Formats: sequence, C-alpha cells, structure tokens
Amino acid sequence: MLNLTRRHLMALASAALVSGAVMGTAQAQETIKVGVLHSLSGTMAISETTLKDVMLMLIEEQNKKGGLLGKKLEAVVVDPASNWPLFAEKARELISQNKVSAVFGCWTSVSRKSVLPVFKELNSVLFYPVQYEGEESERNVFYTGAAPNQQAIPAVDYLAKEEKVERWVLAGTDYVYPRTTNKILEAYLKSKGVKSEDIMINYTPFGHSDWQTIVADIKKFGASGKKTAVVSTINGDANVPFYKELANQGVKATDIPVVAFSVGEEELAGIDTKPLVGHLAAWNYFQSVETPENKAFIEKWKTFTKNPKRVTNDPMEAHVIGFNMWVKAVEKAGSTDPDKVIDAIVGVEVPNLTGGTSKMLANHHITKPVLIGEIKDDGQFETVSQTDALVPGDAWSKYLDGSKDLIADWKDLKCGNYNTVTKKCGA
Amino acid sequence: MARLRSILQAFVLLTGMVSAATAGPYEDALPKFAADSYSDTEAAIGAVAGSGHPLALKLVETLRDGRLMIAGSQVYIRDADGKSVDAATGQAAEPAAGAKAVRLNNRVRRAIEAALGGMTLLSPDAGTRLDAARAVFRSRDAAALPTLEQAIAKESDGNLKGALESARAAILLNKADAPAPEKLAAIETLRARGDQDALALLSNLPAGTPTEVTEAAAKAAEGIRSRLALWNAVQNVWYGVSLGSVLLLAAIGLSITFGTMGVINMAHGEMVMIGAYTTFIVQELIRTQAPYLFGASLFIALPLAFLVAGLIGILIERTVIRFLYGRPLETLLATWGISLILQQGVRTIFGPTNREVGTPAWMSGALEIGGLSLTYNRVAIVIFAFSVFAILLLVLRYTSLGLFVRAVTQNRRMAGSMGIRTSRIDALAFGLGSGVAGIAGVALSQIDNVSPNLGQGYIIDSFMVVVFGGVGNLWGTLVGAMTLGIANKLLEPYAGAVLGKIVLLIAIILFIQRRPRGLFALKGRAVEA
Repeated sequence: MLNLTRRHLMALASAALVSGAVMGTAQAQETIKVGVLHSLSGTMAISETTLKDVMLMLIEEQNKKGGLLGKKLEAVVVDPASNWPLFAEKARELISQNKVSAVFGCWTSVSRKSVLPVFKELNSVLFYPVQYEGEESERNVFYTGAAPNQQAIPAVDYLAKEEKVERWVLAGTDYVYPRTTNKILEAYLKSKGVKSEDIMINYTPFGHSDWQTIVADIKKFGASGKKTAVVSTINGDANVPFYKELANQGVKATDIPVVAFSVGEEELAGIDTKPLVGHLAAWNYFQSVETPENKAFIEKWKTFTKNPKRVTNDPMEAHVIGFNMWVKAVEKAGSTDPDKVIDAIVGVEVPNLTGGTSKMLANHHITKPVLIGEIKDDGQFETVSQTDALVPGDAWSKYLDGSKDLIADWKDLKCGNYNTVTKKCGA
Repeated sequence: MARLRSILQAFVLLTGMVSAATAGPYEDALPKFAADSYSDTEAAIGAVAGSGHPLALKLVETLRDGRLMIAGSQVYIRDADGKSVDAATGQAAEPAAGAKAVRLNNRVRRAIEAALGGMTLLSPDAGTRLDAARAVFRSRDAAALPTLEQAIAKESDGNLKGALESARAAILLNKADAPAPEKLAAIETLRARGDQDALALLSNLPAGTPTEVTEAAAKAAEGIRSRLALWNAVQNVWYGVSLGSVLLLAAIGLSITFGTMGVINMAHGEMVMIGAYTTFIVQELIRTQAPYLFGASLFIALPLAFLVAGLIGILIERTVIRFLYGRPLETLLATWGISLILQQGVRTIFGPTNREVGTPAWMSGALEIGGLSLTYNRVAIVIFAFSVFAILLLVLRYTSLGLFVRAVTQNRRMAGSMGIRTSRIDALAFGLGSGVAGIAGVALSQIDNVSPNLGQGYIIDSFMVVVFGGVGNLWGTLVGAMTLGIANKLLEPYAGAVLGKIVLLIAIILFIQRRPRGLFALKGRAVEA
C-alpha cells in the first residue's frame, strides 16, 4: 500500500517534471512541440496509453533521424483522464500554453466531438487515429482511422459472400459510434434485400458485464435455420465478458461468427482465445501481416517498450501513418504553421505497414486496405481476406438519406459538407 | 484433363518412393491442399473423406489441429510430437525447410467438422461417436446416411442412439427423395427432441415437401414453441439468480463495512479488484512453477485474496477511516481518494491493459437440463456466493468476533463499557468486509475483465443492493441482491439492457422514498446509533 502510494507519487512527480521542462522558455525556441492527448487514467486508459507510447517512440525515432526542419521534436503529454470535458481543456492547454504545432489524440468519438470547437477556434491540427462512424469532415482534423466504408461495409460483404450470412445481429455499446455505424449498416443491408425481421439490433451500456440474456437471444435468433452472424460494435471493457459468455454458452465461430470492429490484438490480450478461434475482426492492419515494414515496426516497438510480449494494433498503425504524413507535409510546407500544413498535406503519400501507400485525401480521410481476420488461438489474427486496392475513406456515407448527397473537399471547395444537389456548402 | 494432369503429377511425385500407391480420389485430392486456397482445401476435404483411404481420418484430424504441412506440392501429416509422415505414402518423412501449415477459416473448419462426423460415426469411443452424431446433425450430409443407419443398429447407449436418430431425422427431412412415412417418423423424432435446433429444422423444410409432412411439421413446431416458451421463463429466472449472486458477492462485504459499521467505503470495489489481481498473480506463478495445479488455482487464490484484501482493508481503517468515524461526508471523500490511488497504483504496476485469468477446465462449458442451459462457471458462482453468505452468517452468529461486531453495531458505548475494545473490533470488521470483497474478486475474475477499472463497475450496484436490502442486515443483502438480479433479467428481454437498468433504478428510488430503511429495516436502539 505504502509502496503503491510512493510509485503513484513518483509518477506524479515525474509528470510534473516533464510539464515543468515544457514550460521552460529556453527550450521553446529550439524545438517543435507535438501534443499527445490520450487518456492515461480512467476507463479509456486501457486503449489509449499504448497510443501515447507509440507517439513517444515515433518522435524519438524522428529525432534520431535529425528532427524536423533542423529542429528537434518534443512531445508534450497530457492526461485527459477519460473525462470528455477535460479533453477540451487539455487541448486548449496544449495549443495556447504549450504552443504545440500539432496534436495526436482522442479515442472515443465523444472526446473528438468535445475537442473540435477548440481546434477550430485556436486553428490547430488534430490527428485522430481510431476507426469511427464517419458523417464528419473538419478542416482542422485528419482522420487516419477507418471510416465505415473502410471497415464495416467490407466486413458485412465478406460475411454475406464467404459465409453466406442471411440474418444479422447488430450488437453495440450505446453511444454515437455504434448507433451511427448500425444505422449505416441497416440501410446498407436493406438496400441489399435483407428483410427487417432478419436484422436484430441490440444496445448495451458501457462496461456491460452480464451477457447471459443477450447471448442466449443471439443463439435463439441464430436457430432459425438461416445462417446468422453478429456484427459487434461493442466497445472497451464490455468485450471480455461478452466473449467469455459466447465461449461458455458454446457459440462457435462455425455456427454464428462474430465480426468485431473494436476488438484488436490489445483487447484479446486479456482473454483466453482458444474458444474464440474463427471469430472475426475487420481492421486495416493486423500484427500478423507479413511485410518487411511491419516486421521492422514490431521489432522497434518491442525494443522501445522493453517488453517482447507487447502487441501492436490498428490505431497504432494509424498514428504511424498520421505522424509520417504530418512530417512530410511540414517538410513540404517548410513550416509547422497549421494553415500551411493543412494546405500541404492533401495528396501526401506515405507507406503504410501492410505493404501499400496511403494517401491523404481532400476530405481529410486516407486510403487504406481493408483486412478481415480470424482470431487464432495465440490471440493474433489470420488474414482471410484483403482488398486488392486501397479503399478511399468516405466522410459521408452513401447509404444514409441525410448524407448521401454530401461530399467533403478541403482542397478546391474548402468545405466539409458540400451538398452536390443544392450546390451549397453547409448541407 | 486437369484430373489426368494431377494424377500424373501425383505419380511423378511418388516416383522414388518405395511403395507406389495406386492413384485414387485420396491421391488426387492431396495437391489441392498444397494450393492453400480455402475453396481448394474445402473441396479436397470432401474428396479425402469419401475416399475410404486408411490415412484419410488422420489427415483430416491433423488438418483440424493445424498441423497438416505443405512444402511445395508435397503434403505431410505431422503428429503432436512433431514427427511427420508423407501424406501420400504414409512413410516417415520430414518436410523441407520453409514448410507451412495449411491455413484454416470458418468454411474449412465447417467442412472438417462435417467430414469428421461422417468418418467417426462408427468410432469405438463413445465421446467421439456423440461428437460425430452432432456434426452430422448440423451438416445434414445425405452421404452419411448408410453409415448412420449402421451406427444406429449397433448403438446400445440410449443417449447416443437418440443423437444418432435425430441426425438421421435431420438428413431425411432435407432429402428430397425420402418417402413421406419416413419423413413423418423423422418429425416425430425431432418433436421428441424438442429443442431450438429441432424447431429450426421443422420450420425450414425444403421446398417440394409433401403437404401432409409440412402440416405435421407445423404442428410439431407449434408444440415445441410453447414448450420452449416455458423453459425460457425458467431460464430467465436462472439468469436472474446468477446475476443476483454476482451482486451478492460484490455487496456482501460492503454490507458489513457500510451496513454494520456505517462507513461509506468507496474503495470497496478496489478490494474486489485486488482480489482479482491476486488470482492473476497466483495463476501466473502456477503457470510457471507448477502447471499441474492449474485446476486448483482458484482454491489457492481464495485464502490469499482474503488475506491480501483484508490486510489492505485493515491498513486503510487504521490509517484513514478511524479518524473519520461519525463524519460520513469526509469518509466518502477520503475513501474515494483511496480508490483512485489504488486504481492508479495497480495501473502503474500491472499496466492499463486487461490481464488474462484462465478458467479451469471444470468451469468451462454448459450443462443442459431439458430446455435449460446452465453454464458451469455461473453454477459455480451461484454456489460460491451462497456458501460465502452462509459462512459469513455463521461467523457473525457463532464466533466471538461476530458477537463483538454485533455488540458494537448495536450499542457502541455499552459494548465499550462491557470491556470490548471497540476500535480493534472496527479494524477487524473492516478487514473482514474487505477480505470478503477480495474473495468476490476471485469469482468475478472468471466472468469480467481483470483491469484496474474492475471495481468501479460494481460499486454502485453494491450500494444499491445494500441500501435496498436494508442497512445492517445480511439477509436483506441476500434478498436485495436476488430481487435486483431477477428483476433485471426479467425486464431485459422486453426493455433491453439500457432501458431495463433505468427502469430498475427508478423503481428503487421510488421504493426508498416509501421505505427509507430498505426491505429489512433494523429496529430499536441501533437505528439511533
């Protein structure tokens, strides 16, 4: 107990030291500052701490290569503590007090929505690395994670084609990402001729831990004779009890496969995956992808964290791509000024870790390959399907009534929601 | 032409081997595995299964276990010890360097299951035969019918015979040329089976089934549906009991610290978390030091979790809470601070990610009784929760510590003047409550995340149970936990998980308005204390 407190205090003290060093004006002229806005405590720490570590690694590596524009990069790490309003406060602190040139951060959509006004008001740039629900394109934000058409729709297509699925359970946590994704998926499935009675939608609260009824319902829904699959947008802590209950009630991937959009290598690290073999996940990157780029990245990551068991995942790759794009854009613009970077970054291409070259599009989304993987018994994924070409991210879904006429173009139209029918910006 | 070429290819490959096997469907299929494309593998499995080749069964089993190796166009069967034989000849042979295992996906796994089902129906091992019967029931592969008939004729075990017969029924119903009387008999078999799978079969007859058969099937399906509805209600109550026992486990320690001592302990959830992490450490040690003890890991973790959480509890009581008795608001804030410190401490030591706590084999799987499906881990938790409750009740009633705790609860000053060291009893009671929370953590590690946030999810529910049940009464905690659990699970199918929880919260608020002291209110002097 005493020991814990001491460790805790030491962590606090070192954090204070870091921010103290940041405040020092002497260094301010010599370095380019990069803000890292990820929760290091609270519920989201489980996912976001890793992203903070990746950013530190990338910055260290860039400094070894000689920094940027002849200056060293310096990471400014803050902890918004999984508290959405605090995200906005910390973002303001990073931009106005610490004068960072760019911020890499956020995980949940609600945290992104909470910092948006700050980035617009203070005109800075945010790189957002997580797959999200789309229906957004902002001048100051670069979305390096997947839009629904780069994850959800290809996954459903795979199941319909390869597994001949005809009945769908859309299960998600009750917040904006699953709700919007499921709305898009429902519209998409119906456009493909799936009847309403063959779609079951279910929402659960954050951190839901008792899945008995829902798993039993899924089993019942799946026993109609038609091939059934579960599309899971269940997020965070709730996944472990969900998969444990699936295993216990004997729902096997060969009977009712579950395809998840928020379960990666990190989440599986806490579960015994043997009963889950064959359940699927759709991402744009898997640790198991065999490319020289990925091998080198995993090696560096393990050395950096001094832990040979550390896994890599999709949002980490998104940060790698996003950071490299920002570096390239700054070099191209010859300045870290946000306006110049925003103009320079569209069209920038950097290699991703799956062997392709991702490009920043005019709608501030990027091109990515879509990979479908099956869980293996060692907690890694076996890629069972990969798109031939990279898929460009759509900011606005083609399948929703309110958004199918909208496009985002920050290069020529300078608009995030241009209506192609009324020819007006602002929907 | 392609066939000829592959035969030729197989033949060329075999030259140089001592025994030149005659080419057949088995040999034809082998090169398809080497292609390592899912559809080729699937086709090859079908061909191998139907070939009757002596190596066929072994090959498919090896494939299932991910040990079928390919090097170039050569296929090798590798056994669990790492020794390999050439799949074509059965001769011992080591694959060349760079050999890799044939990849599997769900489609291939399904094909393997179906193929193994057909091939192992006559296996001497009863367990294998049961698996085979189930696999054939799912695959409905008409090719397995002759073997199935043979197996049914030979089978003496009633349970197994039932499984085989329902597999036959499933095939017959989906076989277009089966005569109507046979189909009617099949419907009868499925009606007697009467579960969800039978219902699915009966309500999805293929087109072109004679009218008399569809009518009989509809009637049988109706019967099964009403039977299942009844079982469903029972199942929901069981889910309620199992959720209730989780709540009971989480709340019972709190019922001592909050209920009898009046301390609002916001760090109670963290005691649960510490118990879960103790389980994790115990399992890690067992994994590296003594793997054979893994089945008993939870029993080893129980006393340790009790001790660790109990000692931390006593420490908290001695260093913080003891100075705050009688000041509930300060206690609340202080213990909340402690809970954050403990969380961050665990996060610093063990990292923010989930830790894997394994489930011993005896706690995996489910028990089927009629239409009920009871998962073993839930059964274990229900039994465990009630045992903890009973033991705690006995401790409070029949031990001197229990007597002292009750005395201090009922009238602190009187107890003090009778010579009881009240402050020592406070520390011990707090330690007892925390220790019980610790052993709850051992159980919860089986169904929930072992992460620094584990405790947070339970703290609100625990307070709800204790307040609803009546402060200071263990029976109240039991009844409160079960009521909330069952009510939650009965509401969930109709209202959904989110709305169900809201409805329940409103109901509790209304209830507390009417009866502020909960279900089982303490009467007499203790109320004023």
